[in-house]
Amino acid sequence: MNIEFLKKLCAANGVSGHEQAVVEIISQEIKGMVDDCKTDALGNLIAHKKGPGKKMMLAGHMDQIGLLISHIDKEGFLRFAPIGGFNHQNLLSQRFVFPSGLLGVVSCERLDDPKDMAIDKLYIDIGAKDKEDAMKQVKVGDVCVFANPPEENGNVFITPALDDRIGCFIMIEALKKLKKPAFDLYFVFTSQEEVGLRGAGTAAFSIEPDYGLAFDVTVSADTPKVRPLPSKMYGGAAIKLKDRSLLCHPVMIRHLEKCAEKGKIKHQYEILEMGGTDSGAIHVSRGGVPSGVISIASRHIHTSNEMCALSDIEDCIALTVAALETAIG
Amino acid sequence: MLLEKLTTACGLPGFEDEVRDIIKAELEGHVDSLKVDRIGNLVAYKKGKKNSPHVALSAHMDEVGLCVTGIEKDGTLKFESWGVDGRLLPSMHVAVGNEKLPGVVGCKPIHLQKDSERKSVYELDAMYIDIGCDSKEETEKLVNKGDFVAFVSEFTEFGDNQVKAKALDDRVGCAAIIELLKSDLPYSVTGIFCVQEEVGLRGSAMLSKSLEADLVINIEGTICADMEGVDEDKQVTNLGAGPCLSLLDMASVYQKKYLEAIVKVAEDEKIPYQYRKSGMGATDAGKYHTGGTGIPCIGIAVPCRYIHSPVSVMHKCDFENLIKLVKAFIINGAERVIGK
Repeated sequence: MNIEFLKKLCAANGVSGHEQAVVEIISQEIKGMVDDCKTDALGNLIAHKKGPGKKMMLAGHMDQIGLLISHIDKEGFLRFAPIGGFNHQNLLSQRFVFPSGLLGVVSCERLDDPKDMAIDKLYIDIGAKDKEDAMKQVKVGDVCVFANPPEENGNVFITPALDDRIGCFIMIEALKKLKKPAFDLYFVFTSQEEVGLRGAGTAAFSIEPDYGLAFDVTVSADTPKVRPLPSKMYGGAAIKLKDRSLLCHPVMIRHLEKCAEKGKIKHQYEILEMGGTDSGAIHVSRGGVPSGVISIASRHIHTSNEMCALSDIEDCIALTVAALETAIG
Repeated sequence: MLLEKLTTACGLPGFEDEVRDIIKAELEGHVDSLKVDRIGNLVAYKKGKKNSPHVALSAHMDEVGLCVTGIEKDGTLKFESWGVDGRLLPSMHVAVGNEKLPGVVGCKPIHLQKDSERKSVYELDAMYIDIGCDSKEETEKLVNKGDFVAFVSEFTEFGDNQVKAKALDDRVGCAAIIELLKSDLPYSVTGIFCVQEEVGLRGSAMLSKSLEADLVINIEGTICADMEGVDEDKQVTNLGAGPCLSLLDMASVYQKKYLEAIVKVAEDEKIPYQYRKSGMGATDAGKYHTGGTGIPCIGIAVPCRYIHSPVSVMHKCDFENLIKLVKAFIINGAERVIGK
């Protein structure tokens, strides 16, 4: 497993709708391993690896949640609109970074009651002298992401971009290991998942796959007072059963189960109560596409410190290779 | 004035016929084809000297209002709201159904209200529409459940180039597209007039599966909250400051390269513009960029104060500058950015 590449992938700035930096890193990495590689109108990166049999579309999303600058005030402080799902508590006092490398810190207006805290009470301070000085460094419409650098830490990997560069990484590492694909494979690195599975929908429409398989993070239900759910960090590759966007197709669930058992790959099941993933858009494309998801149980999702276990990454890669080399029924 | 004709017409979601007929009559002879699809969207095509790049312009014909849900024993109507703030309704003058029967939204007179009632807001079910009938039987001859109820509001010009009307959202977009289709453009252009935007972007959802265009410019009337007491960063747009370009809303993240291209045209041609400073709301662009294989979109709008009310207010210069900017973009900007 190439941790250095994972770090590079997670350090890229790729807010929904602004995924170009991630596209460049991935295209560079997979060049030569696929038969065709292109981007579409929504910014999806679609890589075709020809193989026998039915068409399978794999999807991992390149985009991450971020903030879009909506206003610059007289004193040079920035207001923003969130792109994707943020809890305001996870924003306060965090550092954010713009594609230019400029840093900003999130702070809150003076409040009479701390309970009044809300996203629209927060602002970004880039340390500007005034509006004019700020406008030399940043424009309305610019986007920024959590600034924490990706780190390997003991048995885990920590980065604000885990969701879902880890899905992209699992797909890429599986592609590298793939010997005899059993499907005609489309590796799709999707755009705009965090704002409503938008890229996966148009990609599925143009590919017309027979099967869909997405890769994404899911909740690790082992943190204090978390609601009980089946998936946990260190539990192995997680085979999704359902979330808010889809009920995984039994054919895909059985296929993943069978591959995991046959290859003695550590695995578990997962159900996500809130949220969805790209297979949610793929499975309702055109006439319908049987779809599943390989998930990685992660702690602190949608914060500046998303965390997953290195061993689970290995298990997910192993399960992906097995699932792509084994034909379905 | 075209905008007066368009805003005076009624067109609740699903009942856009009157608006569509006006638009069709306006465009007759100015475009090469005019088609109405099965859900009621009107699509006009005007051939230019060059076919590519092909820009589609889209606006929605429907407006917010009320819908009749019941007829009471005393001949009054119960209703539900389609996108209207219930607090605006008491004493409103309305038009009911295709015949546009005059009606008023009534509630208990101030003299009879308890202290607690004076301090609270009327719930929708405490209000009713009075159409001047005294019995259920009489009303039933004139009104059916499901009939639309539209605002009645005179188109008025006032102040410095300002206009007050109902339904500026989005007749202002319809009017802009009509003007653009009537003007001389070097490229082939499609003009789209959608149904049912206000109830969930439904008309555009259908069109988005089959539309062939390189770019959609979605034209709207949008929120303008530049009034006393609203913090500058929450005003969204400012009246008279030029057409508003969308960055983000709940249905779209607008692609930067197209945004930058239209901003460049505005700056080159010295046309005022502003950004729409909010991530809230949604437009038909949300469907165009995600339908089928996806068509990139630009979102542009005329700022409208008191939107979704009978007294929406816009500045004529914003409307004129929007038309000027879209036209300049089609002529000088589109080819530079599309397919690049």
